[in-house]
Amino acid sequence: MFKRTSAIARKFDLQGSVIYLGFIAIFLFFAITLADDGFLTTRNLSNIVLQTAPATIMAIGLVFVLSAGEIDLSFGSIVAVSALAAAVVMQEHSMLFGILAGLGAGLAIGWINGVMVAYLRLPSFLVTLATMGLFAGVARSMTDLRSIPVLSDTFTGFFGSGSFFGIPSLVLWTLAAVIVGHLVYRESRFGAHVIATGDNARAAQVSGIKVPRLRLAVLMISGGCAGLAGLLYAGRLQAAKYTLGESDLMTVIAAVIVGGTALNGGKGSVIGALVGSLLMGMLNNGLILMGLSVSDQMIVRGLIILLAVAISLRDTTRA
Amino acid sequence: MSANSETITSPVLELKNIHKAFGGVVAIQDFSLDLKAGEIVALVGDNGAGKSTLIKIISGVHAPTSGTIRLDGEAVSFSDASMARSSGIEVVYQDLALADLQPVYMNLFLGREKVRKPFGMLDRRAMMQETQALVDELDVRIPSANAMIRDLSGGQRQGVAIARATHWATKLILLDEPTAALGVAETAKVEEIVQSLKARNLAILIISHSLDQVFRLSDRICVLRRGNQIGVRETAKTDKNEIVSMITGLA
Ligand SMILES: Nc1ncnc2c1ncn2[C@@H]1O[C@H](COP(=O)(O)OP(=O)(O)O)[C@@H](O)[C@H]1O
Ligand SMILES: [Mg+2]
Repeated sequence: MFKRTSAIARKFDLQGSVIYLGFIAIFLFFAITLADDGFLTTRNLSNIVLQTAPATIMAIGLVFVLSAGEIDLSFGSIVAVSALAAAVVMQEHSMLFGILAGLGAGLAIGWINGVMVAYLRLPSFLVTLATMGLFAGVARSMTDLRSIPVLSDTFTGFFGSGSFFGIPSLVLWTLAAVIVGHLVYRESRFGAHVIATGDNARAAQVSGIKVPRLRLAVLMISGGCAGLAGLLYAGRLQAAKYTLGESDLMTVIAAVIVGGTALNGGKGSVIGALVGSLLMGMLNNGLILMGLSVSDQMIVRGLIILLAVAISLRDTTRA
Repeated sequence: MSANSETITSPVLELKNIHKAFGGVVAIQDFSLDLKAGEIVALVGDNGAGKSTLIKIISGVHAPTSGTIRLDGEAVSFSDASMARSSGIEVVYQDLALADLQPVYMNLFLGREKVRKPFGMLDRRAMMQETQALVDELDVRIPSANAMIRDLSGGQRQGVAIARATHWATKLILLDEPTAALGVAETAKVEEIVQSLKARNLAILIISHSLDQVFRLSDRICVLRRGNQIGVRETAKTDKNEIVSMITGLA
Protein backbone atom coordinates (compact mmCIF):
# COMPACT_ATOMS: atom_id res chain seq x y z
CA MET A 1 0.00 0.00 0.00
CA PHE A 2 2.72 2.40 1.06
CA LYS A 3 4.88 1.16 -1.78
CA ARG A 4 2.09 1.82 -4.22
CA THR A 5 1.52 5.40 -3.08
CA SER A 6 5.22 6.13 -3.14
CA ALA A 7 5.40 4.74 -6.68
CA ILE A 8 2.60 7.10 -7.65
CA ALA A 9 4.34 9.94 -5.82
CA ARG A 10 7.51 9.23 -7.77
CA LYS A 11 5.69 8.97 -11.07
CA PHE A 12 4.16 12.39 -10.64
CA ASP A 13 7.09 13.80 -8.79
CA LEU A 14 5.14 14.57 -5.65
CA GLN A 15 8.32 14.86 -3.63
CA GLY A 16 7.50 17.25 -0.84
CA SER A 17 4.13 15.93 0.28
CA VAL A 18 3.89 18.86 2.72
CA ILE A 19 2.75 21.16 -0.08
CA TYR A 20 -0.32 19.03 -0.76
CA LEU A 21 -1.26 18.85 2.90
CA GLY A 22 -0.65 22.59 3.24
CA PHE A 23 -2.80 23.25 0.20
CA ILE A 24 -5.67 21.23 1.64
CA ALA A 25 -5.27 22.78 5.11
CA ILE A 26 -5.36 26.35 3.82
CA PHE A 27 -8.22 25.54 1.50
CA LEU A 28 -10.26 24.10 4.38
CA PHE A 29 -9.35 27.05 6.60
CA PHE A 30 -10.62 29.57 4.06
CA ALA A 31 -13.62 27.40 3.17
CA ILE A 32 -14.75 27.43 6.80
CA THR A 33 -13.81 30.94 7.89
CA LEU A 34 -14.85 32.59 4.64
CA ALA A 35 -17.96 30.49 3.99
CA ASP A 36 -20.16 33.57 4.10
CA ASP A 37 -17.81 35.72 2.05
CA GLY A 38 -18.13 33.66 -1.10
CA PHE A 39 -14.76 31.88 -1.05
CA LEU A 40 -16.30 28.58 -2.07
CA THR A 41 -18.35 29.89 -4.99
CA THR A 42 -17.47 28.47 -8.40
CA ARG A 43 -16.93 32.00 -9.60
CA ASN A 44 -14.39 32.78 -6.92
CA LEU A 45 -12.54 29.48 -7.26
CA SER A 46 -12.32 29.76 -11.03
CA ASN A 47 -11.14 33.34 -10.60
CA ILE A 48 -8.26 32.08 -8.49
CA VAL A 49 -7.26 29.67 -11.24
CA LEU A 50 -7.55 32.33 -13.95
CA GLN A 51 -5.57 34.88 -11.96
CA THR A 52 -2.72 32.48 -11.25
CA ALA A 53 -2.23 31.44 -14.89
CA PRO A 54 0.63 33.87 -15.64
CA ALA A 55 2.38 33.11 -12.33
CA THR A 56 2.09 29.36 -12.93
CA ILE A 57 3.73 29.70 -16.32
CA MET A 58 6.56 31.83 -14.90
CA ALA A 59 6.93 29.22 -12.14
CA ILE A 60 7.38 26.43 -14.68
CA GLY A 61 10.22 28.33 -16.33
CA LEU A 62 11.79 28.92 -12.94
CA VAL A 63 11.66 25.20 -12.10
CA PHE A 64 14.06 24.60 -15.01
CA VAL A 65 16.36 27.46 -13.98
CA LEU A 66 16.56 26.48 -10.30
CA SER A 67 16.93 22.79 -11.12
CA ALA A 68 19.96 23.61 -13.24
CA GLY A 69 21.52 25.36 -10.25
CA GLU A 70 20.91 28.91 -11.50
CA ILE A 71 18.35 31.58 -10.66
CA ASP A 72 16.33 34.11 -12.61
CA LEU A 73 15.19 37.29 -10.86
CA SER A 74 14.37 39.15 -14.06
CA PHE A 75 11.22 37.32 -15.18
CA GLY A 76 8.91 39.98 -13.68
CA SER A 77 10.53 42.68 -15.79
CA ILE A 78 10.42 40.41 -18.84
CA VAL A 79 6.65 40.08 -18.37
CA ALA A 80 6.23 43.85 -18.64
CA VAL A 81 8.56 44.27 -21.61
CA SER A 82 6.92 41.38 -23.48
CA ALA A 83 3.37 42.59 -22.84
CA LEU A 84 4.29 46.12 -23.92
CA ALA A 85 6.16 44.89 -26.97
CA ALA A 86 3.14 42.87 -28.05
CA ALA A 87 0.70 45.72 -27.40
CA VAL A 88 2.82 48.32 -29.17
CA VAL A 89 3.39 46.14 -32.23
CA MET A 90 -0.30 45.30 -32.43
CA GLN A 91 -1.21 48.97 -32.64
CA GLU A 92 0.25 48.98 -36.13
CA HIS A 93 0.55 45.36 -37.20
CA SER A 94 -1.34 42.10 -37.04
CA MET A 95 -1.85 39.95 -33.99
CA LEU A 96 0.68 37.41 -35.20
CA PHE A 97 3.45 40.02 -35.16
CA GLY A 98 2.34 41.11 -31.70
CA ILE A 99 2.62 37.55 -30.39
CA LEU A 100 6.02 37.12 -32.02
CA ALA A 101 7.21 40.42 -30.56
CA GLY A 102 6.06 39.45 -27.05
CA LEU A 103 7.58 35.98 -27.10
CA GLY A 104 10.65 37.21 -28.97
CA ALA A 105 11.31 39.88 -26.35
CA GLY A 106 11.13 37.25 -23.61
CA LEU A 107 13.46 34.86 -25.42
CA ALA A 108 15.87 37.66 -26.28
CA ILE A 109 16.19 38.84 -22.68
CA GLY A 110 16.55 35.21 -21.60
CA TRP A 111 19.31 34.88 -24.19
CA ILE A 112 21.11 37.94 -22.81
CA ASN A 113 20.90 36.50 -19.29
CA GLY A 114 22.00 33.12 -20.56
CA VAL A 115 25.02 34.30 -22.49
CA MET A 116 26.34 36.20 -19.50
CA VAL A 117 25.77 33.28 -17.17
CA ALA A 118 26.80 30.42 -19.45
CA TYR A 119 29.66 31.87 -21.44
CA LEU A 120 30.96 34.80 -19.39
CA ARG A 121 30.52 32.72 -16.20
CA LEU A 122 28.92 35.55 -14.27
CA PRO A 123 26.70 34.43 -11.35
CA SER A 124 23.06 34.23 -12.44
CA PHE A 125 21.97 35.92 -9.23
CA LEU A 126 23.88 39.09 -10.10
CA VAL A 127 23.20 38.98 -13.83
CA THR A 128 19.44 38.66 -13.45
CA LEU A 129 19.35 41.12 -10.55
CA ALA A 130 20.90 43.63 -12.92
CA THR A 131 18.68 42.77 -15.89
CA MET A 132 15.64 42.86 -13.60
CA GLY A 133 16.36 46.54 -12.93
CA LEU A 134 17.52 47.25 -16.44
CA PHE A 135 14.40 45.89 -18.15
CA ALA A 136 12.06 47.36 -15.54
CA GLY A 137 13.55 50.66 -16.72
CA VAL A 138 13.15 49.68 -20.36
CA ALA A 139 9.49 48.82 -19.71
CA ARG A 140 8.93 52.23 -18.11
CA SER A 141 10.56 54.14 -20.93
CA MET A 142 9.02 52.13 -23.77
CA THR A 143 5.72 54.00 -23.52
CA ASP A 144 6.57 56.76 -21.05
CA LEU A 145 4.71 54.91 -18.28
CA ARG A 146 1.56 54.92 -20.42
CA SER A 147 -0.78 51.96 -20.55
CA ILE A 148 -1.32 50.60 -24.06
CA PRO A 149 -4.74 49.14 -24.84
CA VAL A 150 -5.01 45.80 -26.60
CA LEU A 151 -8.00 46.04 -28.89
CA SER A 152 -7.83 42.82 -30.90
CA ASP A 153 -10.70 40.61 -29.78
CA THR A 154 -8.97 37.59 -31.21
CA PHE A 155 -5.93 38.31 -29.05
CA THR A 156 -7.83 38.98 -25.84
CA GLY A 157 -9.95 35.91 -26.47
CA PHE A 158 -6.99 33.69 -27.23
CA PHE A 159 -4.84 34.86 -24.33
CA GLY A 160 -7.41 36.20 -21.90
CA SER A 161 -11.14 36.02 -21.55
CA GLY A 162 -12.01 33.52 -24.27
CA SER A 163 -12.72 29.85 -24.01
CA PHE A 164 -12.57 26.73 -26.15
CA PHE A 165 -15.20 24.02 -25.76
CA GLY A 166 -16.32 25.76 -22.59
CA ILE A 167 -12.88 25.72 -21.00
CA PRO A 168 -11.39 29.18 -20.34
CA SER A 169 -8.34 29.78 -22.49
CA LEU A 170 -6.23 30.72 -19.44
CA VAL A 171 -6.95 27.29 -18.00
CA LEU A 172 -5.95 25.68 -21.29
CA TRP A 173 -2.70 27.65 -21.40
CA THR A 174 -1.96 26.61 -17.84
CA LEU A 175 -2.73 22.96 -18.58
CA ALA A 176 -0.69 22.97 -21.76
CA ALA A 177 2.30 24.58 -20.03
CA VAL A 178 2.12 22.17 -17.10
CA ILE A 179 1.84 19.09 -19.32
CA VAL A 180 4.59 20.11 -21.72
CA GLY A 181 6.77 21.35 -18.85
CA HIS A 182 6.30 18.17 -16.87
CA LEU A 183 7.04 15.91 -19.83
CA VAL A 184 10.17 17.82 -20.81
CA TYR A 185 11.34 18.01 -17.21
CA ARG A 186 10.70 14.41 -16.22
CA GLU A 187 10.69 12.39 -19.41
CA SER A 188 13.21 13.92 -21.80
CA ARG A 189 16.98 13.71 -21.94
CA PHE A 190 17.12 17.49 -21.76
CA GLY A 191 15.23 17.46 -18.47
CA ALA A 192 17.55 14.79 -17.10
CA HIS A 193 20.55 16.89 -18.11
CA VAL A 194 19.10 19.99 -16.43
CA ILE A 195 18.62 18.11 -13.18
CA ALA A 196 22.05 16.46 -13.35
CA THR A 197 23.76 19.79 -14.04
CA GLY A 198 22.12 21.39 -11.02
CA ASP A 199 23.02 18.36 -8.92
CA ASN A 200 26.71 18.17 -9.91
CA ALA A 201 27.83 20.36 -12.79
CA ARG A 202 31.25 18.69 -12.93
CA ALA A 203 29.73 15.22 -13.15
CA ALA A 204 27.47 16.48 -15.93
CA GLN A 205 30.41 18.06 -17.72
CA VAL A 206 32.61 14.96 -17.62
CA SER A 207 29.64 12.89 -18.76
CA GLY A 208 29.58 14.84 -21.98
CA ILE A 209 26.65 17.14 -21.19
CA LYS A 210 27.16 20.55 -22.80
CA VAL A 211 26.73 22.49 -19.58
CA PRO A 212 27.10 26.05 -20.94
CA ARG A 213 24.55 25.44 -23.70
CA LEU A 214 22.19 23.99 -21.13
CA ARG A 215 22.54 27.03 -18.85
CA LEU A 216 21.72 29.26 -21.79
CA ALA A 217 18.72 27.08 -22.60
CA VAL A 218 17.16 27.20 -19.12
CA LEU A 219 17.43 30.97 -18.94
CA MET A 220 15.83 31.22 -22.38
CA ILE A 221 13.04 28.90 -21.25
CA SER A 222 12.43 31.18 -18.30
CA GLY A 223 12.46 34.23 -20.58
CA GLY A 224 10.06 32.54 -23.01
CA CYS A 225 7.70 31.54 -20.19
CA ALA A 226 7.76 35.11 -18.84
CA GLY A 227 7.03 36.34 -22.38
CA LEU A 228 3.99 34.06 -22.58
CA ALA A 229 2.91 35.22 -19.13
CA GLY A 230 3.13 38.81 -20.44
CA LEU A 231 0.81 37.91 -23.33
CA LEU A 232 -1.66 36.33 -20.90
CA TYR A 233 -1.68 39.45 -18.71
CA ALA A 234 -2.17 41.67 -21.75
CA GLY A 235 -4.98 39.41 -22.96
CA ARG A 236 -6.81 39.26 -19.66
CA LEU A 237 -6.47 42.97 -18.82
CA GLN A 238 -6.87 44.05 -22.48
CA ALA A 239 -3.94 46.36 -21.95
CA ALA A 240 -0.22 46.35 -21.25
CA LYS A 241 1.56 48.44 -18.64
CA TYR A 242 5.01 48.62 -17.13
CA THR A 243 3.64 47.44 -13.78
CA LEU A 244 2.72 43.97 -15.09
CA GLY A 245 4.70 41.23 -13.39
CA GLU A 246 6.11 43.70 -10.89
CA SER A 247 4.70 41.94 -7.87
CA ASP A 248 5.19 38.37 -9.07
CA LEU A 249 8.81 37.84 -8.06
CA MET A 250 8.23 36.77 -4.48
CA THR A 251 5.04 34.83 -5.24
CA VAL A 252 6.57 32.82 -8.06
CA ILE A 253 9.78 31.98 -6.23
CA ALA A 254 7.75 30.95 -3.18
CA ALA A 255 5.42 28.85 -5.33
CA VAL A 256 8.35 26.99 -6.87
CA ILE A 257 10.19 26.38 -3.58
CA VAL A 258 7.04 25.34 -1.78
CA GLY A 259 6.35 23.02 -4.70
CA GLY A 260 9.44 20.96 -3.94
CA THR A 261 12.10 22.49 -6.18
CA ALA A 262 15.48 22.82 -4.51
CA LEU A 263 16.88 26.34 -4.35
CA ASN A 264 20.36 25.03 -5.10
CA GLY A 265 19.52 22.70 -7.93
CA GLY A 266 19.27 19.03 -8.77
CA LYS A 267 15.68 18.54 -7.77
CA GLY A 268 12.34 19.95 -8.75
CA SER A 269 8.76 19.43 -9.80
CA VAL A 270 6.57 21.12 -12.38
CA ILE A 271 3.37 19.70 -10.87
CA GLY A 272 4.54 20.94 -7.47
CA ALA A 273 5.08 24.41 -8.95
CA LEU A 274 1.50 24.38 -10.25
CA VAL A 275 0.14 23.46 -6.81
CA GLY A 276 2.45 26.01 -5.17
CA SER A 277 1.21 28.68 -7.52
CA LEU A 278 -2.45 27.80 -6.88
CA LEU A 279 -1.67 27.90 -3.15
CA MET A 280 -0.25 31.42 -3.47
CA GLY A 281 -3.28 32.51 -5.52
CA MET A 282 -5.65 31.07 -2.97
CA LEU A 283 -3.77 32.85 -0.20
CA ASN A 284 -4.04 36.19 -1.99
CA ASN A 285 -7.70 35.69 -2.62
CA GLY A 286 -8.51 34.55 0.93
CA LEU A 287 -6.68 37.45 2.56
CA ILE A 288 -8.55 39.93 0.39
CA LEU A 289 -11.89 38.30 1.20
CA MET A 290 -10.99 38.46 4.90
CA GLY A 291 -11.04 42.20 4.49
CA LEU A 292 -7.40 42.79 5.39
CA SER A 293 -5.87 46.09 4.35
CA VAL A 294 -3.23 45.93 1.65
CA SER A 295 -0.43 46.44 4.15
CA ASP A 296 -1.82 43.74 6.43
CA GLN A 297 -2.17 41.42 3.44
CA MET A 298 1.49 41.93 2.60
CA ILE A 299 2.58 41.22 6.15
CA VAL A 300 0.44 38.11 6.57
CA ARG A 301 1.35 36.80 3.12
CA GLY A 302 5.03 37.32 3.83
CA LEU A 303 4.77 35.46 7.13
CA ILE A 304 2.85 32.56 5.61
CA ILE A 305 5.31 32.28 2.72
CA LEU A 306 8.19 32.29 5.18
CA LEU A 307 6.56 29.49 7.14
CA ALA A 308 5.65 27.51 4.03
CA VAL A 309 9.12 27.80 2.56
CA ALA A 310 10.75 26.83 5.86
CA ILE A 311 8.56 23.74 6.15
CA SER A 312 9.01 22.64 2.56
CA LEU A 313 12.78 23.17 2.64
CA ARG A 314 12.99 20.91 5.70
CA ASP A 315 10.79 18.44 3.89
CA THR A 316 12.80 18.40 0.68
CA THR A 317 16.21 18.24 2.31
CA ARG A 318 15.17 15.37 4.53
CA ALA A 319 13.36 13.40 1.84
CA MET B 1 60.73 -8.31 -35.22
CA SER B 2 58.39 -8.84 -38.17
CA ALA B 3 55.61 -6.45 -39.01
CA ASN B 4 53.20 -9.34 -38.62
CA SER B 5 53.87 -10.19 -35.00
CA GLU B 6 53.75 -6.47 -34.31
CA THR B 7 50.09 -6.22 -35.39
CA ILE B 8 49.02 -9.35 -33.53
CA THR B 9 50.27 -8.09 -30.20
CA SER B 10 49.38 -4.52 -31.09
CA PRO B 11 48.71 -2.64 -27.86
CA VAL B 12 45.39 -0.93 -27.17
CA LEU B 13 47.10 2.31 -26.25
CA GLU B 14 50.53 3.55 -27.30
CA LEU B 15 51.95 6.75 -25.87
CA LYS B 16 55.12 7.96 -27.58
CA ASN B 17 57.31 10.83 -26.40
CA ILE B 18 54.44 12.65 -24.71
CA HIS B 19 55.39 16.09 -23.52
CA LYS B 20 53.16 18.54 -21.69
CA ALA B 21 53.89 22.04 -20.46
CA PHE B 22 51.49 24.46 -18.77
CA GLY B 23 52.95 27.79 -19.74
CA GLY B 24 56.48 27.50 -18.39
CA VAL B 25 55.73 24.56 -16.07
CA VAL B 26 56.73 21.23 -17.54
CA ALA B 27 54.26 18.66 -16.19
CA ILE B 28 55.22 15.66 -18.37
CA GLN B 29 58.50 15.05 -20.12
CA ASP B 30 59.10 12.45 -22.82
CA PHE B 31 56.65 9.83 -21.61
CA SER B 32 56.19 6.57 -23.52
CA LEU B 33 54.06 3.59 -22.56
CA ASP B 34 52.13 0.74 -24.19
CA LEU B 35 48.99 -0.76 -22.68
CA LYS B 36 47.63 -4.13 -23.75
CA ALA B 37 44.09 -5.47 -23.44
CA GLY B 38 43.52 -7.38 -20.23
CA GLU B 39 46.45 -5.68 -18.55
CA ILE B 40 46.50 -3.51 -15.44
CA VAL B 41 49.29 -0.94 -15.31
CA ALA B 42 49.81 1.15 -12.19
CA LEU B 43 51.05 4.71 -12.40
CA VAL B 44 52.87 5.82 -9.26
CA GLY B 45 54.73 8.91 -8.15
CA ASP B 46 54.71 11.65 -5.54
CA ASN B 47 52.23 14.52 -5.45
CA GLY B 48 52.75 16.76 -8.43
CA ALA B 49 54.64 14.08 -10.38
CA GLY B 50 52.23 14.49 -13.30
CA LYS B 51 50.02 11.41 -12.93
CA SER B 52 46.67 13.20 -13.18
CA THR B 53 47.97 15.30 -16.04
CA LEU B 54 48.85 12.14 -17.94
CA ILE B 55 45.35 10.73 -17.43
CA LYS B 56 43.87 14.00 -18.62
CA ILE B 57 45.99 13.84 -21.75
CA ILE B 58 44.85 10.30 -22.53
CA SER B 59 41.21 11.16 -21.85
CA GLY B 60 41.21 14.22 -24.07
CA VAL B 61 40.93 16.87 -21.34
CA HIS B 62 44.38 18.27 -22.17
CA ALA B 63 46.16 18.07 -25.50
CA PRO B 64 49.81 17.04 -25.25
CA THR B 65 52.30 19.75 -26.18
CA SER B 66 54.03 17.15 -28.35
CA GLY B 67 54.10 13.39 -28.81
CA THR B 68 51.72 10.84 -30.30
CA ILE B 69 48.84 8.81 -28.93
CA ARG B 70 47.75 5.68 -30.76
CA LEU B 71 44.58 3.78 -30.06
CA ASP B 72 44.51 0.28 -31.56
CA GLY B 73 47.38 1.34 -33.76
CA GLU B 74 45.74 4.49 -35.09
CA ALA B 75 47.04 7.92 -34.25
CA VAL B 76 44.38 9.94 -32.43
CA SER B 77 44.17 13.51 -31.29
CA PHE B 78 41.23 14.26 -29.02
CA SER B 79 39.96 17.81 -28.95
CA ASP B 80 37.82 17.13 -25.89
CA ALA B 81 36.79 14.46 -23.42
CA SER B 82 33.69 13.40 -25.32
CA MET B 83 35.83 12.46 -28.30
CA ALA B 84 37.96 10.18 -26.14
CA ARG B 85 34.80 8.76 -24.64
CA SER B 86 33.31 7.91 -27.99
CA SER B 87 36.57 6.12 -28.83
CA GLY B 88 35.99 3.80 -25.87
CA ILE B 89 38.05 5.49 -23.15
CA GLU B 90 36.42 5.98 -19.75
CA VAL B 91 37.74 7.65 -16.60
CA VAL B 92 36.94 6.99 -12.95
CA TYR B 93 37.76 10.07 -10.89
CA GLN B 94 38.82 10.05 -7.26
CA ASP B 95 36.22 12.65 -6.40
CA LEU B 96 33.34 10.58 -7.74
CA ALA B 97 31.74 12.41 -10.63
CA LEU B 98 28.25 11.29 -9.68
CA ALA B 99 24.99 13.21 -9.35
CA ASP B 100 24.02 12.68 -5.71
CA LEU B 101 20.29 13.27 -5.89
CA GLN B 102 19.84 10.94 -8.85
CA PRO B 103 19.28 7.19 -8.82
CA VAL B 104 22.08 4.80 -9.70
CA TYR B 105 20.68 3.99 -13.12
CA MET B 106 20.48 7.65 -14.17
CA ASN B 107 24.12 8.06 -13.17
CA LEU B 108 25.12 5.02 -15.14
CA PHE B 109 23.50 6.53 -18.22
CA LEU B 110 24.30 10.17 -17.43
CA GLY B 111 24.68 12.08 -20.69
CA ARG B 112 23.83 8.92 -22.67
CA GLU B 113 20.29 8.19 -21.54
CA LYS B 114 18.24 5.59 -23.34
CA VAL B 115 15.08 6.91 -24.94
CA ARG B 116 12.08 5.31 -26.59
CA LYS B 117 10.81 6.10 -30.03
CA PRO B 118 8.98 8.07 -31.31
CA PHE B 119 8.86 10.87 -28.73
CA GLY B 120 12.31 10.42 -27.20
CA MET B 121 10.95 9.77 -23.74
CA LEU B 122 13.42 8.36 -21.22
CA ASP B 123 13.33 4.59 -21.10
CA ARG B 124 13.75 4.28 -17.36
CA ARG B 125 12.80 0.63 -17.24
CA ALA B 126 15.46 -0.42 -19.76
CA MET B 127 18.11 1.70 -18.02
CA MET B 128 17.17 0.26 -14.67
CA GLN B 129 17.29 -3.33 -15.95
CA GLU B 130 20.65 -2.90 -17.65
CA THR B 131 22.07 -1.23 -14.57
CA GLN B 132 20.80 -3.97 -12.30
CA ALA B 133 22.28 -6.66 -14.54
CA LEU B 134 25.64 -4.90 -14.62
CA VAL B 135 25.94 -4.24 -10.89
CA ASP B 136 24.96 -7.84 -10.22
CA GLU B 137 27.57 -9.07 -12.66
CA LEU B 138 30.30 -6.89 -11.15
CA ASP B 139 29.04 -7.73 -7.67
CA VAL B 140 28.67 -4.07 -6.70
CA ARG B 141 26.46 -4.50 -3.67
CA ILE B 142 23.87 -1.74 -3.75
CA PRO B 143 20.25 -1.92 -2.53
CA SER B 144 18.93 -1.48 -6.07
CA ALA B 145 19.54 0.24 -9.38
CA ASN B 146 16.91 2.72 -8.26
CA ALA B 147 18.73 3.70 -5.05
CA MET B 148 19.76 7.33 -4.74
CA ILE B 149 23.52 7.94 -4.83
CA ARG B 150 23.31 10.03 -1.65
CA ASP B 151 22.11 6.97 0.26
CA LEU B 152 25.13 4.84 -0.73
CA SER B 153 28.45 4.35 1.06
CA GLY B 154 31.70 5.59 -0.44
CA GLY B 155 32.59 2.10 -1.60
CA GLN B 156 29.21 1.57 -3.21
CA ARG B 157 29.51 4.91 -4.99
CA GLN B 158 32.92 4.08 -6.37
CA GLY B 159 31.45 0.72 -7.41
CA VAL B 160 28.81 2.62 -9.36
CA ALA B 161 31.43 4.88 -10.96
CA ILE B 162 33.46 1.84 -12.04
CA ALA B 163 30.33 0.09 -13.30
CA ARG B 164 29.57 3.15 -15.39
CA ALA B 165 33.07 3.17 -16.87
CA THR B 166 32.82 -0.56 -17.53
CA HIS B 167 29.49 -0.18 -19.27
CA TRP B 168 30.80 2.37 -21.74
CA ALA B 169 34.50 1.58 -22.15
CA THR B 170 35.35 -0.58 -25.12
CA LYS B 171 39.12 -0.19 -24.90
CA LEU B 172 40.52 1.51 -21.86
CA ILE B 173 39.62 2.51 -18.32
CA LEU B 174 41.66 5.11 -16.45
CA LEU B 175 41.30 5.21 -12.67
CA ASP B 176 42.65 8.20 -10.75
CA GLU B 177 43.08 7.14 -7.11
CA PRO B 178 39.79 5.25 -7.02
CA THR B 179 40.17 4.14 -3.39
CA ALA B 180 41.70 7.30 -1.91
CA ALA B 181 38.53 8.10 0.01
CA LEU B 182 37.59 4.56 1.03
CA GLY B 183 37.95 2.37 4.12
CA VAL B 184 39.75 -1.00 4.20
CA ALA B 185 36.80 -3.28 3.42
CA GLU B 186 35.49 -0.94 0.74
CA THR B 187 38.93 -0.74 -0.84
CA ALA B 188 39.13 -4.53 -0.99
CA LYS B 189 35.75 -4.67 -2.72
CA VAL B 190 36.74 -2.04 -5.29
CA GLU B 191 40.03 -3.84 -5.96
CA GLU B 192 38.08 -7.02 -6.57
CA ILE B 193 35.92 -5.22 -9.11
CA VAL B 194 38.93 -3.68 -10.86
CA GLN B 195 40.60 -7.11 -10.98
CA SER B 196 37.50 -8.57 -12.62
CA LEU B 197 37.71 -6.02 -15.44
CA LYS B 198 40.78 -7.78 -16.84
CA ALA B 199 38.54 -10.62 -17.93
CA ARG B 200 36.59 -8.14 -20.05
CA ASN B 201 39.63 -7.56 -22.18
CA LEU B 202 39.95 -3.91 -21.25
CA ALA B 203 43.26 -2.16 -20.70
CA ILE B 204 43.44 -0.50 -17.30
CA LEU B 205 45.66 2.30 -16.07
CA ILE B 206 45.34 3.00 -12.37
CA ILE B 207 46.88 5.75 -10.27
CA SER B 208 47.35 4.77 -6.65
CA HIS B 209 49.24 6.04 -3.63
CA SER B 210 49.06 2.67 -1.92
CA LEU B 211 51.97 0.47 -2.93
CA ASP B 212 50.25 -2.51 -1.31
CA GLN B 213 47.36 -1.96 -3.63
CA VAL B 214 49.64 -1.48 -6.62
CA PHE B 215 51.36 -4.80 -5.90
CA ARG B 216 48.04 -6.59 -5.38
CA LEU B 217 46.47 -5.33 -8.59
CA SER B 218 48.96 -4.50 -11.29
CA ASP B 219 50.85 -6.40 -13.97
CA ARG B 220 53.31 -3.58 -14.48
CA ILE B 221 54.29 -0.45 -12.57
CA CYS B 222 55.26 2.81 -14.19
CA VAL B 223 57.05 5.41 -12.05
CA LEU B 224 56.91 9.18 -12.58
CA ARG B 225 59.00 11.75 -10.77
CA ARG B 226 58.52 15.46 -11.39
CA GLY B 227 57.23 14.83 -14.88
CA ASN B 228 60.03 12.39 -15.78
CA GLN B 229 59.37 8.76 -16.53
CA ILE B 230 61.78 6.94 -14.23
CA GLY B 231 60.97 3.47 -15.48
CA VAL B 232 58.51 0.64 -15.97
CA ARG B 233 58.81 -2.64 -14.04
CA GLU B 234 56.95 -5.92 -14.19
CA THR B 235 55.22 -6.22 -10.84
CA ALA B 236 56.26 -9.84 -10.40
CA LYS B 237 59.92 -8.95 -10.96
CA THR B 238 60.29 -5.99 -8.63
CA ASP B 239 59.66 -5.13 -4.98
CA LYS B 240 58.50 -2.22 -2.89
CA ASN B 241 62.00 -1.08 -2.06
CA GLU B 242 62.90 -0.65 -5.70
CA ILE B 243 59.67 1.19 -6.48
CA VAL B 244 60.04 3.47 -3.44
CA SER B 245 63.57 4.42 -4.41
CA MET B 246 62.41 5.09 -7.98
CA ILE B 247 59.62 7.34 -6.67
CA THR B 248 61.80 9.26 -4.26
CA GLY B 249 65.04 9.26 -6.24
CA LEU B 250 66.91 8.07 -3.13
CA ALA B 251 68.84 4.85 -3.56
N1 LIG C 1 45.83 22.96 -15.46
C1 LIG C 1 47.09 23.17 -15.01
N2 LIG C 1 47.69 24.36 -15.16
C2 LIG C 1 48.94 24.57 -14.71
N3 LIG C 1 49.69 23.65 -14.09
C3 LIG C 1 49.16 22.43 -13.90
C4 LIG C 1 47.82 22.13 -14.34
N4 LIG C 1 47.55 20.85 -14.02
C5 LIG C 1 48.65 20.37 -13.40
N5 LIG C 1 49.61 21.32 -13.32
C6 LIG C 1 50.95 21.13 -12.76
O1 LIG C 1 51.50 19.97 -13.31
C7 LIG C 1 52.20 19.23 -12.33
C8 LIG C 1 51.67 17.82 -12.24
O2 LIG C 1 50.39 17.84 -11.62
P1 LIG C 1 49.46 16.54 -11.48
O3 LIG C 1 49.39 15.87 -12.80
O4 LIG C 1 48.19 16.95 -10.87
O5 LIG C 1 50.28 15.64 -10.46
P2 LIG C 1 49.84 14.33 -9.66
O6 LIG C 1 48.50 13.91 -10.13
O7 LIG C 1 50.90 13.34 -9.96
O8 LIG C 1 49.83 14.69 -8.22
C9 LIG C 1 52.11 20.04 -11.06
O9 LIG C 1 53.27 20.83 -10.95
C10 LIG C 1 50.90 20.89 -11.26
O10 LIG C 1 51.02 22.09 -10.53
MG1 LIG D 1 46.56 13.67 -8.95
